Amino acid sequence: MTAVKPSSAAANLRNAKRRTLSATGVFAVAILLLWILVALFGPFLAPHNEADIVSDANFMRPTAEYLLGTDYIGRDVFSRLIYGARTTLATGLIATLIAECLGICLGFFAAIRGGIVDSVMSRLNDALLSFPHIMMGLVVIAALGSSIPVLIATSGFVYASAVYRIARALAMELREKEFIEAARARGEGTWWVLSREILPNTTLPLLTDFALRLSFIILFMSSLGFLGLGVQPPTADWGSMVRENMEGLGSGSLAPIIPAAAIASITVALNLLVDELSMRTGRIYGRTRE
Amino acid sequence: MNRRLLDIQNLTIESVATRKPVVSGVSLAIAPGEVLAIIGESGSGKTTLGLTALGHIRPGLQVASGRVLLDGTDLLSMGPSALRSMRGRRVAYVAQSAAASFNPSLMIGEQVIEPALVHGIMPADKARARALELYHDLSMPDPANIGTRYPHQVSGGQLQRLMAAMAMCCGPQLLVLDEPTTALDVTTQIGVLEAFKRAIRQQGAAALYISHDLAVVSQIADRVVVLHNGVTQEEGPSQAIINAPKAPYTRTLLSAYKQWAPGTVAAPTATVGSPLLTVSNITAGYGQNPTRGPRVVAVKSVDLEVRRSSVVAIIGESGSGKSSLARVIAGLLPSASGEIHLAGTRLPKTVEQRSKDQLRRIQIVFQSPDVALNPAHTVEQILGRSLALFGGKRRRERGALVRDILEMVQLPADFAGRKPSELSGGQKQRINLARALAAQPELILCDEITSALDPVVAASVIDLLRRLRAERGLAFMFITHDISTAASFADEIAVMYRGEIVERGPTDKVLNRPEHPYTKILVDSVPQLEAGWLEAAAGRRERLLASAGGVILAD
Repeated sequence: MTAVKPSSAAANLRNAKRRTLSATGVFAVAILLLWILVALFGPFLAPHNEADIVSDANFMRPTAEYLLGTDYIGRDVFSRLIYGARTTLATGLIATLIAECLGICLGFFAAIRGGIVDSVMSRLNDALLSFPHIMMGLVVIAALGSSIPVLIATSGFVYASAVYRIARALAMELREKEFIEAARARGEGTWWVLSREILPNTTLPLLTDFALRLSFIILFMSSLGFLGLGVQPPTADWGSMVRENMEGLGSGSLAPIIPAAAIASITVALNLLVDELSMRTGRIYGRTRE
Repeated sequence: MNRRLLDIQNLTIESVATRKPVVSGVSLAIAPGEVLAIIGESGSGKTTLGLTALGHIRPGLQVASGRVLLDGTDLLSMGPSALRSMRGRRVAYVAQSAAASFNPSLMIGEQVIEPALVHGIMPADKARARALELYHDLSMPDPANIGTRYPHQVSGGQLQRLMAAMAMCCGPQLLVLDEPTTALDVTTQIGVLEAFKRAIRQQGAAALYISHDLAVVSQIADRVVVLHNGVTQEEGPSQAIINAPKAPYTRTLLSAYKQWAPGTVAAPTATVGSPLLTVSNITAGYGQNPTRGPRVVAVKSVDLEVRRSSVVAIIGESGSGKSSLARVIAGLLPSASGEIHLAGTRLPKTVEQRSKDQLRRIQIVFQSPDVALNPAHTVEQILGRSLALFGGKRRRERGALVRDILEMVQLPADFAGRKPSELSGGQKQRINLARALAAQPELILCDEITSALDPVVAASVIDLLRRLRAERGLAFMFITHDISTAASFADEIAVMYRGEIVERGPTDKVLNRPEHPYTKILVDSVPQLEAGWLEAAAGRRERLLASAGGVILAD
C-alpha cells in the first residue's frame, strides 16, 4: 500500500496540465500577444501621433505613407489603431481586474457567511443584474461625466455582479467539502479559509471567467464609445473610432471598419482561449472527481 | 460444465492512453442459473470485467484481445443497436447506488416496467403483473402499492431491491450486480441479500456478483473468482476458496478480513487512564428553533466517557447520529443542551469560543480521504499548518518535523512535496491522521476513517492506530459502522440508535452478550463466512424484530 507510484488520477491531472495548446489555442494566444505588444510599444511603432492631423484629405484610401488611410478629419488611421489598442486594452484590463476582485471578494464572503448575510447580498445583486448593463453604464456616466477613471470604475462595478454569482457558486460548492470543515475545526478564521482553502481551488474556473469578462468589458466600453459616452476625443479608442468614422462607410473608407475588426479579433481570440481553458477545467475536474 | 451462458475467454482490456492493462488474460464462465462472484479490491478491474458482460467497455479503455460470448454470440463485436436490444432483455445490470439510478420524478412502478415496454416484450398490464410478482419475490412491504410511490418515499434498502426488480422485469438470463449492498447498513443488507438470493433462484437467472466483501460473497455465490490487479488469482467453489485458499493473495485478503463472530470477542487487555473526555446529557441537531431546541434532533441526551489512552467505538447505522456527536465534541455543531468536559475543564460549545490549546487537544479525522485534504496544498503545507498553528513552529523548524510525522504514519519523507491527488486512498488517510498528530493531541475523533478503504489497507491503518495508542498514549473515539473493526480495536463500545446511546460497555460484553434488542439485531447482522449463515440469520432477525418492542429498522 505504501507504493510510491502516484495514483492514475494524478497522472491524468499532470498530463492534462502539461498538454500543449491546440491549434485554435495557439491562434488565439498569437492574436492576443500581438495586440499586447502593439499596446506596450505603441508610441514607438506608430508613425504619427494619435491626435495629429496629417493630411487635408479625409477618408483617404490606404497609401504607402498612410497604411490604412486617414479618418474623418485627416488623422492617420494606422497610428490611431495602435494608440487605440493601448487605451482599449488598458482600460479593459483594469476594469476587468476591478470586476473580478470585487466580485470574488464579495461572492466568497457571502458564500462563507451564508444565512441572512448571503441572502441580503445575493438579492441585492439580483436586483443589480436585472438592469441591462449598458443602461446602468449610461445612467452612471451621464450623471458623473465621461472620463477614463469613471469609465473604468463603472465597467468594473457593472460587471462585478456577474462575477459575484460565479464566485459565490464556486465557494458554495467547496464550502461543503471536509477540508473546509477541517480548517474550521482547527479554528482558522474567515480570511484564511477564503484565501488559502477556497481561492487556490478556484483559479482555473476564475481564470476562464476573467478572459470571458475581459471580452465583455471591451465590447461594453466600445459600445459606450460608439454612443459617444466612452473615451473622449482626441484620445483614440476603438469604439469611438468606429463612431467617428461612420459616414466613411458610404465611401468605402477603411476608417470605421478597421477598429471594428480589431474589436472583433480580440473578442474572438478571447473566446477561443476561454473555450480552451474551460475544456481543460472540465478535463481536470472531471477526472479527479471520478 | 455443460452449457456456458457467459463465456469470457482470455480477455485483456487496456487503457487507450497508457496501454497499461486493466484486466489481463481473464477467462471465466457462468452456467445457466449459476451465481458467480468476482471479488477484489478497488482498482482490481472487477467492475470493468463485469461491464463487459453487457458488451460495454468504459471510455478510455479498449479490448486488446479475447472474447466475451453470451450464449455463443460475441458481445464485443456487436453493433450498437444489437447491444441495445440485448441489454436489459438478456443481460441486466444492478448498480451500487439505486438512489442515483432512479428518476426522482417518475413513479417507481413505471420505471420498473420500462425496460419491458422499451423492448416490446409484453404489454403494460402484463408487465405490471410481472412487477407485482417480483415485489413479492423480493419481499417488498405492501407490494400492491409500492409501484405508485416515488423513489424518495422508500428507503435505501427498498430502492436497491426495486432496482433488482427493474433488472429482472424482462426475465434476463444473466444479472450483473455491482456491489449492490455495499452502500447499505448491515441491518438492511441482510434483508436485501436474502431477497436477492431468493429472487435469483426463483427466476432461474444466472448472476455475476461483483463485491469486495468475502462474507457477502460466501453467502450468495456458488463460485468465486478472486481478481487482483486485473489478473485472476484463484477460482473455485465459494466454500473451498474460503476454507482452503491456495493463492497467496486470497490468504492476505482472508487474514485482513477480521474473522469475527458473536460470542468470541476477547476482553480488552490495555490499561487505560483517568477520564479525559466526559460528555453529559448532550442534545444537538440542525435548524434552530429558539423555544424548543433544534428542529431536527440528531443527538439525544447522550452521555459518554473516554479515558486517557483508551479506544471507545461508536457503532450504529447511517443517520444514527454518530458523526453529529463527533461534530459536537469538535465544536463544529453547537449543542442545544448538555456539557462537555475535557480533563475536568468545561469546553465551550463552539470552535470560536475554544482556546487554541483546547482545539489542539482534540483533533478530528474525517471519513472521505478524497475531500478531507485541500487538493491545492502539498503534504508539507497541510502538516506545516497544524505545526505552525498549534506548535508555534517557525518555517525553518517545520521541514524536519514534517518528516518525523510522515515517519510516524509510515510514509516516506519525500511525500512532503506531493499533493493529495498524487496519493492513494490509504496514503491520504494517513496524511489526514498525520495532520491530527501534528497538533500533538490527547484525543483523536475518527469518523469512519476506514470505511472508504479496501480491507487490506484499512487493516494497516488500524494497526497504525494501535501502535500510536501504545507508543503515545493517545485516546481515540472511533466511529464506525463496521462492527468487525470495532471488535478488534476498541476497549469500549457505545451503540447509537436514532440519536441515542442505547447500550454502552466493554467491547466483549456488548458484542458477546448484547442486552438492547437493537444491539442484538446489529451484532447478528454482520455477515459471517460459514455456509448457510444468511438463511439462519434472516430467520433469527425475524424473531428478534418480532420480540424487540419498538425497534424499527430502516429496511
